[in-house]
Amino acid sequence: MEQEQQNSNAVQQERISNGVKGMTIIVKTISSWVKVLIFLFGIYIILFGHLTPGGGFAGGVILAASYVLLMLAFGREFVEENLSLPVASKLDCAGALLFAAIALCGLLYGASSFFWNFIHQKYLMGTDYEFRLISAGTIPLSNIAIGLKVGASLFLVILTLSICCKDFKPGTSANGKE
Amino acid sequence: MEMFYILLLFIIIAAVIAVETNDLLSSVICVGAIGFGGSLMFLFLRAPDIAITQIVVEVLGLIILIRATISRDRTFISGDREFFGVVVSVVIIFVIFLAGIRVFETLPAFGTPIFAQAPDAASQTYISEGMQKTGAANLVSSVILDFRAYDTLGEATVLFTSIIGATVILRRKSKKLLEDPDE
Repeated sequence: MEQEQQNSNAVQQERISNGVKGMTIIVKTISSWVKVLIFLFGIYIILFGHLTPGGGFAGGVILAASYVLLMLAFGREFVEENLSLPVASKLDCAGALLFAAIALCGLLYGASSFFWNFIHQKYLMGTDYEFRLISAGTIPLSNIAIGLKVGASLFLVILTLSICCKDFKPGTSANGKE
Repeated sequence: MEMFYILLLFIIIAAVIAVETNDLLSSVICVGAIGFGGSLMFLFLRAPDIAITQIVVEVLGLIILIRATISRDRTFISGDREFFGVVVSVVIIFVIFLAGIRVFETLPAFGTPIFAQAPDAASQTYISEGMQKTGAANLVSSVILDFRAYDTLGEATVLFTSIIGATVILRRKSKKLLEDPDE
């Protein structure tokens, strides 16, 4: 078992020294096709959360999973070029702020209560907007905020974990691809 | 109904294998099988929202576990268990099992929750007036983002705080090194 690991580590070291990062070309090709579909499916789950099963949390995790797939296939540096750590943390904060702002808008507009569904109660009530994409007032907006926040958060967790794991033991790091 | 017993048997077998096996990779895969069995159970209980969330989190957690355990740890565990620890665990599990039997005698039957029977329960209001009050066709999202949005806010705050902790503790360089012009 240890012999096998040493062999695979040696192969990986050789690939890294040749300038090849990440996994093999099969994984890279497949994941470059699939990543867009996964990302689109996450956006669909978030946007249609008030009509079909799903919602902000599940869609956000799918968005994060598409980036995790890229990180596994192409290596951490490739992902950090696309979505770096400061940008991801700003997205995270933007999602949290958006959710809190939606909650505050209910307080400001109707002077009713926190998290009052002001768009539905004021503008959409009584119209035939049911079962359409633009319905349910603040619920789709909240879904978008939660999805942004959860996706950026999980991406940040995995990114920081991989950075920390890599630099934890600099001399004995088995593979530098994460 | 038989479907649930089959899934339960599958989950129990996977859990036993996950504890008993010596190989770390097969243990992690068995943990994933437990999660997938649970998500199938949610699907057959007609709770697709929870099933989707469970299966997605399960995939991501499985990837993290495999990447965290396999590539940087010894994947084969050897050695015997301590006798005292095994005895204590078995006794504690037996006590919890006895208490669980007493608790389950008081619960309503499977598939008939007590909220569905009480006429003035809060869930009856959600079911009958949720569509009209919030306009959302998916009642689950109307509950978690409108009626019970405070819970979602608290959940988001918990996630936010944990992410802050993780990024602060696990960052690559400390503040001193960031101010260092050489780096």
